[in-house]
Amino acid sequence: MKWLSDQALDRLRAAADAPDLSGTGYVLLDKLGAGGMGGVFRVEHTALGRQVALKVIGIVDSSGELSARLLREARIIAQLEHPGIVPVHDVGTLPDGRVFYTMKLVQGRQLDQQCDELGGVPERLRTFQKICDAVSFAHAHNVVHRDLKPQNIMVGPFGEVLVMDWGLAKMLDADIPAQLNTPQPLPPSDSTDTAHGVVLGTPGYMAPEQARGEVGAVGPQADVYSLGAVLMFLLANSGRTPKALSAIAGKAMAEDTQQRYGSVRELSNDVARYLDGQPVSAYPESPVMRLWRWVVKNRAWILLVAAYLLMRAVFILWRGR
Amino acid sequence: MPDEVNLRGQGSFPATRWSLIAAARSAEPEARQRALEILVAAYWKPVYKYIRLRWDKDNEQAQDLTQDFFVRLLEKDFLAHYEPHRARLRTFLRVCVDHLVANEDKAARRLKRGGEVQFLRLDFESAEGELQQIEIPSPGSMEDFFEREWVRSVFSLSLERLRQECEHGGKLVHFRLLEFYDIDEGGKELTYEQVARQFGLKPSDVTNYLAFARREFRRIVLDQLREMTGSEEEFRREAHTLLGIDAP
Repeated sequence: MKWLSDQALDRLRAAADAPDLSGTGYVLLDKLGAGGMGGVFRVEHTALGRQVALKVIGIVDSSGELSARLLREARIIAQLEHPGIVPVHDVGTLPDGRVFYTMKLVQGRQLDQQCDELGGVPERLRTFQKICDAVSFAHAHNVVHRDLKPQNIMVGPFGEVLVMDWGLAKMLDADIPAQLNTPQPLPPSDSTDTAHGVVLGTPGYMAPEQARGEVGAVGPQADVYSLGAVLMFLLANSGRTPKALSAIAGKAMAEDTQQRYGSVRELSNDVARYLDGQPVSAYPESPVMRLWRWVVKNRAWILLVAAYLLMRAVFILWRGR
Repeated sequence: MPDEVNLRGQGSFPATRWSLIAAARSAEPEARQRALEILVAAYWKPVYKYIRLRWDKDNEQAQDLTQDFFVRLLEKDFLAHYEPHRARLRTFLRVCVDHLVANEDKAARRLKRGGEVQFLRLDFESAEGELQQIEIPSPGSMEDFFEREWVRSVFSLSLERLRQECEHGGKLVHFRLLEFYDIDEGGKELTYEQVARQFGLKPSDVTNYLAFARREFRRIVLDQLREMTGSEEEFRREAHTLLGIDAP
């Protein structure tokens, strides 16, 4: 047998990793990245002449757990038709038995790579609100993401925001929609994804109850916590963080779920109030601070009136000579 | 025990998961012997090269130590101490090698006792030749070096098995195409049409045959890996090492 050079090893490794798309109607273009369950590849749907992203599990595990998780992820995303959630096109199985799904090819960059180009605090907050919109929509459909972090959020060239990687998502509703149970039945939510005591998520963005492996306690409040961490991330490189915004992030990231915002919508509304120069629920103000915020908010009018009064005073003084 | 062990390296076990580790520990001598032969086939070159470079041993010393290590693996109940949930088999074996070499004086004495000693038929000349072709790793990256050599060894064995299977199934040209593209990088400058002419095939056959060979190569690599790992978790982690596959 020939000796394998380091370059040959790399080529064999890439060849073995690449999905064999024979008979699927897709042709492989290149690898986009690797995720928790496997790889993501850029492929072309030959009949439509359209490029899409194909996510495929890395190995066919003996338990079938990975296949079930990927299939479940695809089905969950398929239920969430929202501009902030990447649409799924197709699900299938490769000749080697690996499950895959295809989705819209997102042209953009991860939030953590894009952060410096997002602009000032108001622009960052508007991006944050778009993330909240998508997550809030998922919550309205009884889906909790459970792995919200800048790496799982894509920002497009026109400011569009997409929440990605729903591989750890949890269905809250015990009555899973019928279409989710075909062709392969999905086990009840809590048992599917994570047994009690198993920790799935990302440290730093994971809610305390999730980090402790309390699967039953992980609900929409866990996403509220993660969004608070994302807000902190967005504000970290934007200069001095206003106290009201720190308070909003702090409330979202409260240790006790009861102390957090009741919903993502509430969190988003508080951010909207800040953007409108209104008091936020997370930050009780003293009269002086309230006055100062009123001054800041109305500074244009105040400057105008001050300028008028100054001119008037100068005029009176001049006439008095 | 026979005096010499025939290292086929091509044996395989039934579909039972984690059969090699179980067989290597089994009381049944035949199953045990066959399992250990497969382990030796996958690990002897990485072990030899590791001893040469990590422990700065000369050719002869490294050969003796490699022989001694695998003889112990075959004779003694070495793998009885292996706990799959605590470490990868690869890590366990490397640590055992370190332990053996650190006590090399004792090992040397044992080898020199003669009589009861068995020898493995290992092609040290080829391993030494390979050492001349690789970049010498820094002392701090010896673990990575051992891992890389293990990948090289598993891929080599997998390719040999693929060649045999293709030959047996009348599909040797499929294997030759994989060799041409992925080992020799011969297809880099050529179109599929040119490669097809070179191999006397239709252009569409090149795509299909290559896809087949790569798919089979992947299957064989993962089959071998299943045999050589102690748990599903270790299998997934080693799949990541071997194929760059991300798996939780």
